[in-house]
Amino acid sequence: MDSLLSIWDLVPEVLQTLIVILLKIVAIILPLILAVAYTTLAERKVIGYMQVRLGPNRVGIKGSLQPIADTVKLMFKEVILPTKANTFVFYFAPVMALTPALVAWSVIPFQSGWALADINVGLLFILAITSLDVFGIILAGWASNSKYAILSAMRAGAQVVSYEIAMGFALVGVLMAAGSLSLSEIVLAQSGGITQWFMWPLFGLMVVYFISGVAETNRAPFDVAEGESEIVAGFHVEYSGMAFALFFLGEYANMLLISAVAAILFMGGWLSPFESMSALTDLPYIGVLFGNGIHWFFLKIAFFIFLYLWFRATFPRYRYDQIMRLGWKILIPVTLVYIFFEGVAIGLGWKPWL
Amino acid sequence: MNYELIIFYLFASVLVAAAISVVTVRNPVYAALFLILAFFSSSAIWIMLEAEFLGVVLILVYVGAVMVLFLFVIMMLDINIDILREGFIRYLPVGLLVAVAVAAEMIFVLTSDTIKTVVAPARHAADYSNTEALGEILYTDYVYPFEIAAVVLVVAIIAAIVLTHRKRDPSTKSQNISHQVRVKSSDRLRIIKMDAETKTSNKVGE
Repeated sequence: MDSLLSIWDLVPEVLQTLIVILLKIVAIILPLILAVAYTTLAERKVIGYMQVRLGPNRVGIKGSLQPIADTVKLMFKEVILPTKANTFVFYFAPVMALTPALVAWSVIPFQSGWALADINVGLLFILAITSLDVFGIILAGWASNSKYAILSAMRAGAQVVSYEIAMGFALVGVLMAAGSLSLSEIVLAQSGGITQWFMWPLFGLMVVYFISGVAETNRAPFDVAEGESEIVAGFHVEYSGMAFALFFLGEYANMLLISAVAAILFMGGWLSPFESMSALTDLPYIGVLFGNGIHWFFLKIAFFIFLYLWFRATFPRYRYDQIMRLGWKILIPVTLVYIFFEGVAIGLGWKPWL
Repeated sequence: MNYELIIFYLFASVLVAAAISVVTVRNPVYAALFLILAFFSSSAIWIMLEAEFLGVVLILVYVGAVMVLFLFVIMMLDINIDILREGFIRYLPVGLLVAVAVAAEMIFVLTSDTIKTVVAPARHAADYSNTEALGEILYTDYVYPFEIAAVVLVVAIIAAIVLTHRKRDPSTKSQNISHQVRVKSSDRLRIIKMDAETKTSNKVGE
């Protein structure tokens, strides 16, 4: 161990920081990719049980190795390049779809102090990076040289641009309540048990945020960009093998991201709901479980992911004009009114309730 | 040479190369992509200048919204590149004139004495928040210009809507969604009470 430490000391300081940062990135990305893989299994299982089926149950115990089998299958499939497709953009688009979904995780605080970069504009950074996701879809649609794909790109572009506004306004409400753009400070502003979480005073904004989050990730019931029954599979109709898998990874990583951000903004991130009950947190051995910790964060993410899957199993797909109407005529006015009354409440000094 | 300078030159050279590519590449979609790259690099330089709010907002507004609409329009056009390049020689003198004028102005400004006497401001502490500083100045010193800008923007939005709004032909059918949502089964289906048909009444029909 000592010899290892002495070797570490020989490494120049800049290289040391670089290595530490790279290791942190790996420590975030690897579990994230695994979580994505098992979210697909959870999706198939949950929807299966909701439809009184068993879901995948052949590979491994109760289907537990199904995601691994799927990955291996996708890796060995041929990547087909359509005739007259734009080669560079065709291969660049899946990368553009996945990268922002991973980059945004760099500012997520998993626990107090556990963030790759705890920057003071974390909330804006997340909004900016998630707004880049749509480029993957638009470029894929254009580069595929296919009518269905370009239709899907048009739909996705209009939808994401419209729902970003409602999402931004919902985030403005949180920022007014917390008085900070830093994600860890937003979490700490909610400390003091479940009653202090922003989900109670800002319940409307949480609903708006999550609806726009579902629309931003192009998930059912807002999945007109994919629309299997209308435009086959939309933007990824021409993709196969790993190129398709990257889109898939990006979509699920984005779902996890939206869930994580919803948990941080409205449910107090890593804070425990029993934080203020010292009778529970002081219990021997199991008291740790009732205290603040990363496990609460994961539980909250799992809750929102379950909502995603529940929506998909329950709601029929929206028509395109209905999507636009919901975004522009309902969600944006709701958030504007909410922000106005929140501002009045803060101005009158009702801050504890907001 | 410190690492900050290396990073600055990295982003600056990417920015210049991307900006040149925007005007030189033939494919308009590539030009839009290079413009996105240019926005990214300039936002990185802004963040290095401790203007993290402006840097992130640049990505949010220009890359996340404006460029999406740009790409939207470019993809809808069927652009014939040969026609676009036809006038190149004809417009070359005018273009060169404009380029020389811009270059001369920049050289004039950058070599003037006022620029040379400006000293780089000291670095702020790590807890300095660009967002707060910007908000404070916008809502105190510059509150009237800020509000006027907001009003001008609202007027522009309304004007854009009014200018593009066309009167529809009254015979055009449209859907009223609140009607659709409010519809009840009794509006669509009429249940009639009537006596059961008998065989004799059936035979009358024959």
